[in-house]
Amino acid sequence: MSDIMVDIQHLSFSRGKNLIYDDMSMQVRRGKVTAIMGPSGIGKTTLLKLIGGQLKPSQGHILFDGQDIPALSRADLYQARKKMSMLFQSGALFTEMSVFDNVAFPIREHTRLSESLINIIVLMKLESVGLRGARDLMPAELSGGMARRAALARAIALDPELIMYDEPFAGQDPISMGVIVRLIKELNNALGLTSIVVSHDVTEVMSIADYVYLVAEKKVIGHGTPEQLRQDKSALVQQFLLGEADGAVPFHYKAAAYEDELMEPRR
Amino acid sequence: MITEKLQNLGRSTIDNLAGFGRSGVMLFGALVGKPNFRKGWPLLVKQLYVIGVLSLLIILVSGLFIGMVLALQGYTVLVKFGAEGMLGPLVALSLLRELGPVVTALLFAGRAGSALTAEIGLMKATEQLSGMEMMAVDPLRRIIAPRFWAGVISMPLLAMVFTAVGILGGHLIGVNWLGVDGGSYWSTMQANVDLYQDVVNGLIKSVVFAVIVIWIALHKGFDAVPTSEGISRATTQTVVTASLTVLGFDFILTALMFGG
Repeated sequence: MSDIMVDIQHLSFSRGKNLIYDDMSMQVRRGKVTAIMGPSGIGKTTLLKLIGGQLKPSQGHILFDGQDIPALSRADLYQARKKMSMLFQSGALFTEMSVFDNVAFPIREHTRLSESLINIIVLMKLESVGLRGARDLMPAELSGGMARRAALARAIALDPELIMYDEPFAGQDPISMGVIVRLIKELNNALGLTSIVVSHDVTEVMSIADYVYLVAEKKVIGHGTPEQLRQDKSALVQQFLLGEADGAVPFHYKAAAYEDELMEPRR
Repeated sequence: MITEKLQNLGRSTIDNLAGFGRSGVMLFGALVGKPNFRKGWPLLVKQLYVIGVLSLLIILVSGLFIGMVLALQGYTVLVKFGAEGMLGPLVALSLLRELGPVVTALLFAGRAGSALTAEIGLMKATEQLSGMEMMAVDPLRRIIAPRFWAGVISMPLLAMVFTAVGILGGHLIGVNWLGVDGGSYWSTMQANVDLYQDVVNGLIKSVVFAVIVIWIALHKGFDAVPTSEGISRATTQTVVTASLTVLGFDFILTALMFGG
């Protein structure tokens, strides 16, 4: 069994005329937490959708466990997806189902287990995210942090090999954020998962990631362990890690000279 | 100026054709393949309840009132010729051939079609459909297919209920209020309504309208721009497009069935 779970080779992807990724490569090691960081709007979620086969790249290969995801037939893709899971930014819980039924959903869809066994599995998954007591609540009754934890329980319901987290810390209060940070690391270690965390929350991600890819300007601009990245000399990497407003990524959107525009009569 | 208008016309034609193509692909993906009765049956039953049973009240009330109005209007004309005994066939044929299938389809588009579009559009906007795909569950088979079949099964049944209640409404007004003979109301209806020409043709119409309305509603939801404005536009489009398409097809079907 290869040590590499996801191998992205020379990936290019465009949306209309807008080039999102240009000849980008990266590798995700089995059993590790790999973080993909970068400024907003560079297509981090798009990358997860490419790995999940929801989008097709213009060029390049995306190997998941040795299978080239874009080249798979529909049936094979659905088989491959049974081994992966994704935690959406919104949680994407089914609003007409209770928390329990949401977590039970993938189990009921893909197995023929009895309801008593499903009940045990769901309670175990809910216990691991601390929501066993919330099993009968509807998604609308959950706070943002609870909804994400419920979605996490659903994501691990079938014990996937790979779990992809799309901005798991966005919009969370410090307590919820701390809970999710701990859960990602603990679940990864306890269940032997491979995790990909897409985020721009530098502190949280650097605290749990085994390896970090920094993506900007359509490609990987830096990668390494969190410690290696902190030592990186690149101005762009340092600007992102330190959260500086101006630098390699300019504060100002591209515009004509300020003085000229102020002195010029209104167009 | 003219070039620009031609360009716009061409663009909107291409957009419409592309949309039609996407809707075909969606329906193909939802319906073609090995059916799974173990999982599909409970989903179908639930949708039959949501789409069919919950539309029953509006269909019953509308059918009753339309039957009553038909009898009232028909009587005022027929009585001038001493032909009020023909009120039964007038009410029955109007409902069986036209009003039953058409008005049911229009009400169905407004009640169930708009709800379906909004539901699926919101599922798309909240990433529930993407989430399902990532859980290796095909949303076309899980979400679209049961709703499609529930619509196709329930709408002809609702049209039948509409027609039956309309005929009773006509009886209520014609016989119980205006004094038309009850025996002649039913016997002339029995003599003048043909099973194949009137009942079966009406049923065929309602099946065609059911496919049109439900297909448009599901496609508009599935293809909606996943924003609040996009969903609101898709919902409106469902009601407008489905209603106009039903009326257009009604003319074609009427011409084919009763035109000569």
